[in-house]
Amino acid sequence: MTDLANRDSRDDAPLTTSKAGDRAKLASEELVEAKGDSLVGKTVTINKTRQELYDFWRDFANLPQFMDNVLSIVQLDSRRSHWAVKGPAGRTVEWTSVITEDRPGELIAWASEEGADVPNGGRIDFRDAPGGRGTWVTATILYDPPAGIIGKVIAKMFQREPAIQARRDLRRFKQLMETGEIATGSWTRRQYDEEKA
Amino acid sequence: MRALTWHGKHDVRMDTVDDPEILNPRDAIIRITSTAICGSDLHLYDGYIPSMKAGDILGHEFMGEVVETGAKSTLQKGQRVVVPFTISCGSCFHCSKHQYSACDNGLPADNQDIAQVAYGQPMSGLFGYSHMTGGYAGGQAEYVRVPFSDVGPIVIPDGIEDDKVLFLSDILPTGWQAAENAGIEPGDTVAVWGCGPVGLFAVQSAFLMGAERVIAIDHFPRRLDLAKRFGAETINFEESKTYEALMEMTGGIGPDACIDAVGLEAHGFFADNVWDQIKVSTFMATDRTHSIRQAILACRKGGRVSMPAVYGGFVDKFPLGAFMEKGLTLKTGQTHVQHYMPALLNAIIEEKLDTTFLISHRLPLEQAPDGYKMFHDDQNEVTKVVLKPGMALAA
Repeated sequence: MTDLANRDSRDDAPLTTSKAGDRAKLASEELVEAKGDSLVGKTVTINKTRQELYDFWRDFANLPQFMDNVLSIVQLDSRRSHWAVKGPAGRTVEWTSVITEDRPGELIAWASEEGADVPNGGRIDFRDAPGGRGTWVTATILYDPPAGIIGKVIAKMFQREPAIQARRDLRRFKQLMETGEIATGSWTRRQYDEEKA
Repeated sequence: MRALTWHGKHDVRMDTVDDPEILNPRDAIIRITSTAICGSDLHLYDGYIPSMKAGDILGHEFMGEVVETGAKSTLQKGQRVVVPFTISCGSCFHCSKHQYSACDNGLPADNQDIAQVAYGQPMSGLFGYSHMTGGYAGGQAEYVRVPFSDVGPIVIPDGIEDDKVLFLSDILPTGWQAAENAGIEPGDTVAVWGCGPVGLFAVQSAFLMGAERVIAIDHFPRRLDLAKRFGAETINFEESKTYEALMEMTGGIGPDACIDAVGLEAHGFFADNVWDQIKVSTFMATDRTHSIRQAILACRKGGRVSMPAVYGGFVDKFPLGAFMEKGLTLKTGQTHVQHYMPALLNAIIEEKLDTTFLISHRLPLEQAPDGYKMFHDDQNEVTKVVLKPGMALAA
C-alpha cells in the first residue's frame, strides 16, 4: 500500500479530489485493496492527539455512537468483524470486514470479504495537523454501489449515500471527541428518538 | 409548556407543546423569565427565511432560571442566567480563539451540509432560527433546552433586574463588536447607518471606545432621538443627502470609521431568490445594499468599515474599486457573544452602558403574537418588545 503523501501525481491534492475519471481505479492501485468503482474521501481536523482518536476508533464497539447508519458491528476475531448497516428503502446491507493493515496511532485499513452485499474497502488515516491543531482524520472508501448507478441515485435520495454518510459520520466523530457529545436540535426525548430511527 | 410557534407568513401562535428535556450531558433546562423579539425575528415572521417548519419555537434573546442540569453542566439549579443566541461548544479550534460564532460543533452534523455549500464551512448553531441553523427550539417559551450550558450562559448576580441584562444575549454584544471591528481611535468621527438596537448600542460603544463624534443615520425620528440621547449627531436620510451631509460634517474628509448596522440583522441564511423581496421590504425602504455602498464611498481614505448588518448571499454593485483605491479595511461577522458577555455585564453593573432605554413595550408571553404584529407594523414607536412568561395579562 502506497503512502498517501508519496504517491506519484501531478499536484499535491488528494486523489479523492481529482477530476480524473479513473480516480477510483488509481485509488484502488494506490490506497486500498480493490473493492469497488466509487471513491469517497473526506478529511476532518479534530483537536485531539492521533493516539486518542485511533484508540477510540479501533474499538469497533464505539463506532455506532457516531455512525448513524450502522445497526451493529460484531467482532468475530481480532481482525474480522461483521457489519449490518441501514441501506436505502428500509433494506439492511451486511458484510464481513477484515483489517488489512493496522498501525497504531496512524492507520486502519480494511476490505470486505467475498459475499458482501456492498463490496467495500478503505482506510482511516490519522496524521498530525499542522500548527498544533490536533489530528487530521482522513477516511478513504472504495465501494461498489448496490445495483450500480441506479442504486447510488436511490441511496442518495434516502441520504444513505456513502459520501453523505462519511461526511456526516466524521463530523459526529469530531463532535464526540471534542465536546463529549453529539449535537442535536431536538428538545424532547421522543423527538430525538424519532430522528435517530 | 406554552410557546410561541411559527406556522407561516404572519402566522405565529401560542401553542401548548411538550416540555424540553435534558438530551446531552452538557445541557441545562432554563425557565424563561424574560425574552425579547429581535428585528431578525421579523424575517421569520415575514416568511423570508427558508427551512422553517410549522410548529418551530422562535426566540434567540432570552434569560431565566436554571431548573435542571445535565451531568456535565456547571450550572446550578436556581441560578439566573442570560443565554447567548449562538450555540458554541467551547472546545473546538475556533472557540479556543474566542471565535464562538464560527464554532465547528454547534450545528447538528446533518444540518451542516447547507451551510457548507452556502459558505464553504458551517457556522455555529442558533436558537429558534430555522433548521439551517440547527433547528434548535427558541426561548419565546416557558422553558428551553440549552446545549453546552457549561460554556454559554452567564450567571447574573442577585439584585440586577432582567431588563438591564437581557440584551447581553445578542444585540448589546453585537453593537459592541460592531464598534470594536471599526478599530476606533481617540478623536475619531464614526458614522453609524441604522439606529435599530444594534446601531444604538454601537453608538454607545463607539463613545466608550474613545470616538470624539458619532453621526447616526436613520429615518425614524424616535430612533434618531434615542441616538441623540447618547450624544450622537444625526442625519435623517429622508430630509438630507447622506453622503453630502457626511462630507460636509467632516470637513470634506469623511468619517474615520463607518458602521453599517442597517437593521435586518438576520442571523441566518438567505437564498438569493428572496433577495429582491427583502430589498423592497426593509424598513429603510431602499435598496438593501445601499448602506454598505454608501459607507464605503463616504469613509475617509485609509479608514475602516464595520459591517454587523447581516448579508446572507451575494451583493451586486459592490464598489470594489473605491474599497481598493482608498485602502479601506472591512471587518464583519456574526457576534462572538460568549467572548463579550463578562466585560459587558460589568459595564452594565457599573452603569457605563444603558440598556433599558431601548424597551418600548413589555407584554406577557401569552400576547407574543400581538408583540410581533406591533413590532412589524410600527418600527418608529416599537423599538423593543420584551415578553414575560410570568406577567399578568392586560385586561
